[in-house]
Amino acid sequence: MNQTDKPIYTEFHPRWYRPRMSTYWWLKRPSYLAFIGREVSSVFVAWSIVYLLLLIGAVHRGADDYRSFLDWTGGIGVVLLNVVSFCFIVLHAVTWFNLAPQAMVLRYKGKRVPETWIAGANYGAWAFVSLIVALIVLLG
Amino acid sequence: MAAKKRSIEPLLWVLFSAGGVLAALLIPVLLLLFGVVFPLGWLTPPTHEHLLAVIGHPITRVVLFLLCMLSLFHFAHRFRYTLYDGLQIKHLNELINTVCYGGAIAGSVVAGYLLWQI
Repeated sequence: MNQTDKPIYTEFHPRWYRPRMSTYWWLKRPSYLAFIGREVSSVFVAWSIVYLLLLIGAVHRGADDYRSFLDWTGGIGVVLLNVVSFCFIVLHAVTWFNLAPQAMVLRYKGKRVPETWIAGANYGAWAFVSLIVALIVLLG
Repeated sequence: MAAKKRSIEPLLWVLFSAGGVLAALLIPVLLLLFGVVFPLGWLTPPTHEHLLAVIGHPITRVVLFLLCMLSLFHFAHRFRYTLYDGLQIKHLNELINTVCYGGAIAGSVVAGYLLWQI
């Protein structure tokens, strides 16, 4: 077995070369921070759903509960949280729609539909849906 | 040879993706109105009667349920990877998965129950 003229191979892998990454790597560059900001937006998506369910629950329980829900939402803490959430949600929406052309590659007559058209269609849909929702909520 | 185990990852990714679209389309306007505009008194909030009628409509209920369920799965999937890549918490992977997806399932059940009752 011990032939000295041949290199000796071990059965096991050598140690991988994996430099340790700092836990705070995302603070090192603005683009990294923007990335993690986009990822963290999901927490505010979850909060928005909880908030929406609290509203639906209050409306379900009756006019008095709805009124006390409205009073609670007027508190400075809740408003601040919702303003911050809104900023993150818009960050989510903008980054999502900007990525849409890469996710959906459409072809028409053998040619690829330009990316700006797809992103534009997404922004158009966003504006349209927002308008419809606002009209339904406000016109009563 | 053991039977091929199908990965659930593609399904989770589809839920993440669908939730991302619905959240991007619907949450900004809803949060702006109910979280900022009405609380700050820029516009008068809708009456209870009107809101009950809107939420009670079958189409609204379906849309709201899909919004809640898919957005929660969107959150679960993305938050899981934020902890994984961002904070590099890898040893708690199973616990994080359970809490994230379990939370999404629980939230969906609550949303379904509320919207069913209304």
